[in-house]
Amino acid sequence: MSERRHATSAPLPGVGHLSLRAYVSGFVASLVLTIGAYLLVVERAVSAGTLIALILVIAVSQFAVQLVFFLHLGAEARPRWRLAMFLTMVTIVLILVVGSLWIMGNLNSRMSMPEQEQYMSSQGGL
Amino acid sequence: MIRVEAHPAPVDAHAAEADERTVFGFWVYILTDCVLFASLFATYVVLHGNTAGGPSGHQLFEMPYVLAETMALLASSFTCGLAMLAAVRGRTRLAVVALALTFALGSTFLALELSEFHHLAVIGAGWSRSGFLSAYFILVGTHGLHITVGLLWMAVVAARIWWSGLGRGELRRLTLFGIFWHFLDLVWIFIFSVVYLMGAAHL
Amino acid sequence: MIAPDIFGRLTWNALFPSELVTQVAVVSLGLVVLAVLALVTRMHRWGWLWREWLTTLDPKRIGVMYIIVAILMLVRGGVDVLLMRAQQATSVGTSQGVVSTSTFQQLFSAHGTIMIFFVAMGLMFGLINLIVPLQIGARDVAFPFLNATSFWLFFTGMLIINASLGIGEFSAAGWLAYPPLSELQYSPGVGVDYWIWSLEIAGVGSLLSGINFFVTILRMRCPGMSLMKMPMFSWSVLCSMFMVMFAFPVLTVTLTLLFLDRSIGTHFFTAGGGGNMMMYVNLIWAWGHPEVYILVLPAFGIFSEVVATFSRKPLFGYASMVMALLAITLLSFTVWLHHFFTMGAGADVNAFFGIMTMIIAIPTGVKVFNWLATMYRGRIRFSAPMHFFMGFIGLFTIGGVAGVMLAVPAIDYQLHNSLFLVAHFHTMIVSGVLFGDFAGVIYWMPKIFGFRLHERSLRWSFWCWFVGFVLAFGPLYILGFMGMTRRTSHYAVATGWQPLLIVAGLGVLLIATGVAIMLVQLAWSVWKRAENADSTGDPWDGRTLEWSTSSPAPAYNFAVTPVVQSRDAFWASKQAARRGALAPARVYTDIHLPRNTGVGPVIGALSFILGFAVIWHIYWAAAVALVVLILVVVIRTTGTDDSERTIAAAEVALAEAGGEVSRRVA
Repeated sequence: MSERRHATSAPLPGVGHLSLRAYVSGFVASLVLTIGAYLLVVERAVSAGTLIALILVIAVSQFAVQLVFFLHLGAEARPRWRLAMFLTMVTIVLILVVGSLWIMGNLNSRMSMPEQEQYMSSQGGL
Repeated sequence: MIRVEAHPAPVDAHAAEADERTVFGFWVYILTDCVLFASLFATYVVLHGNTAGGPSGHQLFEMPYVLAETMALLASSFTCGLAMLAAVRGRTRLAVVALALTFALGSTFLALELSEFHHLAVIGAGWSRSGFLSAYFILVGTHGLHITVGLLWMAVVAARIWWSGLGRGELRRLTLFGIFWHFLDLVWIFIFSVVYLMGAAHL
Repeated sequence: MIAPDIFGRLTWNALFPSELVTQVAVVSLGLVVLAVLALVTRMHRWGWLWREWLTTLDPKRIGVMYIIVAILMLVRGGVDVLLMRAQQATSVGTSQGVVSTSTFQQLFSAHGTIMIFFVAMGLMFGLINLIVPLQIGARDVAFPFLNATSFWLFFTGMLIINASLGIGEFSAAGWLAYPPLSELQYSPGVGVDYWIWSLEIAGVGSLLSGINFFVTILRMRCPGMSLMKMPMFSWSVLCSMFMVMFAFPVLTVTLTLLFLDRSIGTHFFTAGGGGNMMMYVNLIWAWGHPEVYILVLPAFGIFSEVVATFSRKPLFGYASMVMALLAITLLSFTVWLHHFFTMGAGADVNAFFGIMTMIIAIPTGVKVFNWLATMYRGRIRFSAPMHFFMGFIGLFTIGGVAGVMLAVPAIDYQLHNSLFLVAHFHTMIVSGVLFGDFAGVIYWMPKIFGFRLHERSLRWSFWCWFVGFVLAFGPLYILGFMGMTRRTSHYAVATGWQPLLIVAGLGVLLIATGVAIMLVQLAWSVWKRAENADSTGDPWDGRTLEWSTSSPAPAYNFAVTPVVQSRDAFWASKQAARRGALAPARVYTDIHLPRNTGVGPVIGALSFILGFAVIWHIYWAAAVALVVLILVVVIRTTGTDDSERTIAAAEVALAEAGGEVSRRVA
């Protein structure tokens, strides 16, 4: 029984056409980035501050790679609502997460003296 | 019992519009799920130092294990993409095989994760030990719950394709599932980076 | 007892409230419910109710159900207010007032929760369901089944919070249940769990509705209706739904974390073990602030429609109105810390959020000026909706100014959690959300049910609301300055607060009169509906597409999908007709609408069982309900694609020509 449709592949609803190359590139790039970050941590190659920055940069890069190659973000026809909604979501998330970290960091640092905190955490409190 | 449509059904404009709306709506839902995970991430970062005298991530995380999990999930995202490729080209059997591979890899991920959770619980590093561990379990656990739902969904989609072939409805369902499964790997990138890598590096 | 665990921690004691007030409440509620059930049985209307209402996927019907629930909950929340005011007016010195402290705490917790989640959200989603598809020239929403499910989840949330009245107790931790008070150590009973599950379930419904209407407005506008030609109410809904989508997941997470603390011993917000209770406050307000804009933006949209129609002028400054909506939408996510200036953040953090809070007042000001400019040189009819608009303009401005005062952290340190704050937010919500939604219901009533309401008694009702509000909340601004804290159930004579609280009590009685007038005139209008019928479909000489249909609109909204060329499309077509332009020939086609389904109510029922069982630790029942729920969802979503019914073109033509449209449901 033939399983082949005619040669042209049908576009998926709202997604457009797909290619093997996109998936393979995305996969290979993600592999490289994952292993790269892993090695950086395991080998302790750089200082703490640089490490945080690098881990985040690599994470965001892999995020972008998979968004473009696996989720085809930006490939839709105009108006690009999916891309627009995605970017607004990222904006809101950054506001909420960065805002929360700023607020909570500020509050925590003003809550008690370091010696007090250390004592409390050694006693199982705070 | 594989039936394949010899020619794709004539695209009904009304139905195509409805499908596009469904895919868009699901995409928007995924964005709300991102906000849900963002809240869990924020909670994790705020609480990750609150070990209450108990173990920290640095002491608990076994990196080779985590790398294996991560590879499994990444590979499953890739095979899911292959399933989509096969589907749009009408290769029903290939699509189902690719989905089966995805299922196997996803199940491997889940099994590894559950075993990790069990180990932590057994050594006294369960979710009630400290704020840090509560946040860890809820963040990683919510992701795991999504994976579980995804596996269930994947099984249903694969079964439907196996029995009914690749009609318009199945293609739409596969598209939705694909978006969901890729999104789970996207979230894992951040869990891997923020929870495990930063935890292991004692950052 | 054979198996005491079979009912978890539910015991007979839970069913017998100890306080007279609660006993009376439970008995009255029970009698009302029984009366309704008896009435429906006696009129043999169960089949009709199931077919026409409970299983419907028609957003117009779903909207009506939302509003009915909201009105019932308004009465419940209002009774809570009467008791609270009675308590605060009398509980001075040696007198302990009319209720116990613990009941008072449950009252203010229930009042806030009910008013925000079930009255305001209910009215809002009700009007959105009823009007948005009509305004954008669509026949339905994007996901009709999801829409029905959202309603039933809302309904379940309402049932859960009302169950707490008769079975067990409600939360005493305020409408936002801050830890550590809401943690197990200080609230070991079922109250906070009732609160959590009522909101968790209703919240999922809201989130799904947010997605649904967002996609509907973006994707289902009729041909020619670009976004900048869309009516302002629909614009305000689009922005509000955007905020729903991105704020409600935060609520879901926060409620879940609190629940996990209370059930499996996690330490997210506990007072020890590494918890951080300030994170709860941070998260809950990250949701909570967008929530109040979610509520008020559609009310602004309603006012835009009302003012334009009753001034016989196009809305002034359409583009700037849209920009203002977009600005408010984005800014609403940047101000949330102003709810906890006093929690102890540094001056830089407080200053940033204080400044953002002041900035967000600006676009609202733009809108107020645009409304006034719309009225300027208009031919104004001071209908009942316009009365509510005028009341809104005055009160909202005052409340807004109070808000800008509170935005200054130094001032907020004096006024936080005082009655000044209570007066401020009630001014915003009552004059903004409530007046707006009332205006909307009155304005669109002919479209919904086909008859007008009694104009004169609605104006009386407005005056009762307006004067009542000033009497009820004016004193509260002063009491805030005098140092009275919110949620006070007893105070000393020497404070000098009592006279003002008595005035406030009188104000609330006046508001209650206003509510009573509304309900009585509603019943009267229903009885006299034949005389007040709207046969034209356009009783106000309206401007937007919903007025181009009959009243009430047929199930399919539009027999022929409208094609639009400008803003105020209906007005434009009326002008063209007056100039003698010929209407285009109408070609009728078959119309496909979704079939009714009972799966929505079933999901609601299963969610109720799940929530109730989890609250009372009846784990076997919770597990069963969860499994069945999952099965139902899986079966429904993997079911056949064909769940539509067809109205043949000939039938449509007949209906449009004046015959009866059969409301067959299958």
